[in-house]
Amino acid sequence: MDGTFYTLQEFMTYTEGVTYILILAILLGMLGFWIFLVERDEN
Amino acid sequence: MSEKAAAASKSFFTPFNVVAGIIVIIGLILTALRFTGGLAAVTNLSDYNPWGIWIGFDLLVGVALAAGGFVTSAAVYLFGMKRYHSAVRPAILTGFLGYALVVLALNYDVGRPWRLPYPFVIQQGTTSVLFEVAACVALYLAVLFIEFSPAALEWLGLRKARRIVVKLTLLLTIFGVVLSTLHQSSLGALFLIAPSKLHPLWYSPYIPIYFFITSIIAGLSMVIFESTLSYRYLSHKMDETHLKEKNDVTLGFGKAASYVLAGYFAIKVIGISAGNHWHLLGTSYGLWFLVELFGFVALPCFLYAVGVRDKNLKLIRWTAVLALLGIILNRFNVCLIAFNWHLPSSERYFPHWMEIGISVFIVTIGVIFYKFIVTRMPILYKHPEYSDSH
Repeated sequence: MDGTFYTLQEFMTYTEGVTYILILAILLGMLGFWIFLVERDEN
Repeated sequence: MSEKAAAASKSFFTPFNVVAGIIVIIGLILTALRFTGGLAAVTNLSDYNPWGIWIGFDLLVGVALAAGGFVTSAAVYLFGMKRYHSAVRPAILTGFLGYALVVLALNYDVGRPWRLPYPFVIQQGTTSVLFEVAACVALYLAVLFIEFSPAALEWLGLRKARRIVVKLTLLLTIFGVVLSTLHQSSLGALFLIAPSKLHPLWYSPYIPIYFFITSIIAGLSMVIFESTLSYRYLSHKMDETHLKEKNDVTLGFGKAASYVLAGYFAIKVIGISAGNHWHLLGTSYGLWFLVELFGFVALPCFLYAVGVRDKNLKLIRWTAVLALLGIILNRFNVCLIAFNWHLPSSERYFPHWMEIGISVFIVTIGVIFYKFIVTRMPILYKHPEYSDSH
């Protein structure tokens, strides 16, 4: 792909695809960050 | 002069009173110039730039920083985190003064301030986002006043009235959360109408969500900042409970702010992805966007987390300042710096010194009122005659 979008569908397919992968990474990242944040808490 | 009179004179001319007095005198002169000469006499506002720092700072930053009231009361009364109870009254007071000053600032900014009530009584304009903001701010100011009133009623000794108001606490907290959610996000929604004026890295269909989430960060950070200042300058007014809970508030709110900042960072990245604006990050505006994103979102997020893990209260308190600067920078970017970004530099807005002077004057009024109330009313301590939960 040369980075040019000719239709809205092409644009949405590309951006949504990237965004879904990002969301998955973020969800896992947020879990990890929560553990980092609370791991030294007293019970 | 007798010794007593000399002592009274000395206690009045404190450094705070002298500086505040000078600012108030200059502010009153600028106010006279504003209302006799009009907006053009004291501002650099133009048709291209009708919103200057009175909107960008006094309103957008003021409303965000006043979010501590709804954040703290929701944590305590809705989520049952009673260990933060001592933070409620100072946060409500800060919120009330913040919103009152926002309304005051609006009187300077709108061309014909006497028409401020028009949306309610002349033309309802219910399809306008600005109407929704006006309605929510007006209602929430009333809610904050009632939420704050138990402290004033205790001070005045009006037991019966206080008892009635205290019974409304839960309902008022729910109203506060609903109204804040609505207007904090709607302030961002105001920019949805200007996709061609706001730089694409800051413009997003998600901007109402960005504004709402940043208001939570601002509220949490403001409570930490305000409690730090109160402890430093007004610790003699604090009772044992406030002194004991102070560190818990800092740690708890620091942890919450860290996690909300992480979420905000994530949705900002999602915003870039959804608009496919990656290529803009290499431009000068892109670098400025990255400074905001990494320097004032990711960095305070990390520092808060390290502070919470290490129980480093000093680090959390300094991080609160950084986070607040980040909120101010964000609102300035959206309203001033990245707004009209395509205009030639000769048409860009830079505030007149008198605009800055009036903003400083308004903030100073807030600090004076805060000091006046806190030194007289039971804000940082429980009134001994009203030891029941409020």
